[in-house]
Amino acid sequence: MPATLPPDSVGLVIPQPLHFDEPLELDSGKTLPHYDLVVETYGELNATRSNAVLICHALSGDHHAAGYHSMNDRKPGWWDSAIGPGKPIDTTRFFVVCLNNLGGCKGSTGPTSINPETGRIFGADFPMVTVNDWVRSQERLMHSLGIVQWAAVIGGSLGGMQVMQWAISFPQALRHALVIAAAPKLSAQNIAFNEVARQSIFADPDFHDGHYLEHDTLPRKGLMLARMLGHITYLSDDAMRAKFGRELRAGKINFGFDVEFQVESYLRYQGASFVDRFDANTYLLMTKALDYFDPAGEFEHDLARAFAATEAEFLVAAFTTDWRFSPARSHEIVKALLKAGKRVTYAEIESEHGHDAFLVPIPDYMNVFRAYMGRVSTEAQA
Amino acid sequence: MRVDHAIISDWIKPNSRVLDLGCGDCALLRELRQSRNTTGYGLEISIDKLAKCVEGGTPVIQANLDQGLSPWFEAQSFDYVIMTHTLQAMRHPEQLLKEMLHVGREAIVTFPNMGYWKNRLQFALGGRMPVTKTLPYGWFDTPNIHLCTVRDFEALCEELDLRILGREMVDSQLQSRPLMRLAPNLLAETAVYRLAAK
Repeated sequence: MPATLPPDSVGLVIPQPLHFDEPLELDSGKTLPHYDLVVETYGELNATRSNAVLICHALSGDHHAAGYHSMNDRKPGWWDSAIGPGKPIDTTRFFVVCLNNLGGCKGSTGPTSINPETGRIFGADFPMVTVNDWVRSQERLMHSLGIVQWAAVIGGSLGGMQVMQWAISFPQALRHALVIAAAPKLSAQNIAFNEVARQSIFADPDFHDGHYLEHDTLPRKGLMLARMLGHITYLSDDAMRAKFGRELRAGKINFGFDVEFQVESYLRYQGASFVDRFDANTYLLMTKALDYFDPAGEFEHDLARAFAATEAEFLVAAFTTDWRFSPARSHEIVKALLKAGKRVTYAEIESEHGHDAFLVPIPDYMNVFRAYMGRVSTEAQA
Repeated sequence: MRVDHAIISDWIKPNSRVLDLGCGDCALLRELRQSRNTTGYGLEISIDKLAKCVEGGTPVIQANLDQGLSPWFEAQSFDYVIMTHTLQAMRHPEQLLKEMLHVGREAIVTFPNMGYWKNRLQFALGGRMPVTKTLPYGWFDTPNIHLCTVRDFEALCEELDLRILGREMVDSQLQSRPLMRLAPNLLAETAVYRLAAK
């Protein structure tokens, strides 16, 4: 809880629900007849509406990217390190928009919403959503906010995939695309981790084929396991060693299966606290959206051709110890953009934080991020 | 404008695509964009310098030149590939020269001339490795691991079947003086070459 709000915080923020009545046809062939998107905005839209920035969230993110909902909040929004007055995404210069994606569990239409066709909670009946579906819903959000073109669309990890999709699907709707710690598609290993996460949720006896809410229960164990697995892939070997080593909680080995090593305690805590704030069906949907993402698929698996029609300038950033989406995956993106002759800058940031680094205010990262956004801002004022 | 930059700028045709290897803060690329309306990228290993390029609005790729250019660029995708004062710090200068002319139609290279008379004097009379304004490092901490003379360089060009399209010599103030043309290997502190494949 902040006693007073830090001067570089966007301060107290209030999420806004927006309703959309136009049906959205999804890649799966199903249709959402109407839906809600919950958004937060920070900063002011300028008179020429040229300073709007869209933030796309990752697997477990939501619309609450920065600031606090109340003075009792223990932590600020998930990307508070980068969004606020004087921060790289400077809210004194930009009008920042962040939403909870469809299929989410923080207020936008998703598995915990009521299915209008049945009057019951969607649960497992919520249709599969793809990165492409999200971007199409975000484009409608853009118009409803009176924005014609984003100064930049920015995201890390799964958020970075949405940024690429934006540049491909709506070339004229963004001037800059910031793709951080992302990949042009998942590797077999990435999908394998997602599958283990899903299977652990399915294996929970409280899952009830995804209709657990109607049974007044939650697949706590399954979702906890899925999140524990996820956290292993977010940290680097080095970061884990530095953070936990082989430290024992009680100082000695007890020859039992209770928590002994600090790393076990960390994972169990992360898993257990996640269950209280996240929906298992949403987790399943998000991992599927990740698995399906492959924008080159429609272009004979030539990523350069997928980028051929893009008009945005790109900043691609990767982190040295990220093994979930390693720098080599960002190289694929950069190489395709270079082949397509697009304006692209690539930064490979030294970091020990693994995949999580994109949320950490590493000085080198923040410097490049700030420099780039400084230029975006200068153009937006011009 | 620095004289070496001016020489390079003179060689570059308007509206061409340029790649600058070890671009530093992208000063040369910015000058070329203004004077020659070029497009293209810089390659730089240092994140601090990269941030400067970003501020100036030049697209730049953070990469280690010792890992070559082929991981990044397609064959013949640039009109010019430039490398100023970097060749001598490369692990495989000859490989890189070849790669420059693989991804670009022409290569422009500048390097410090070890044959410069002050270098020779320090070595011949003092019996020590030369330390000058252009080569300010001690032997033990120098990044310049592949120093050569003008003659050495031209011999390598011959060996690699490279055509020398242009050659200019400058001193430590980066001024070009007429005498240097007569005895470049002795009088030039920095050599500037424009190359193509045969």
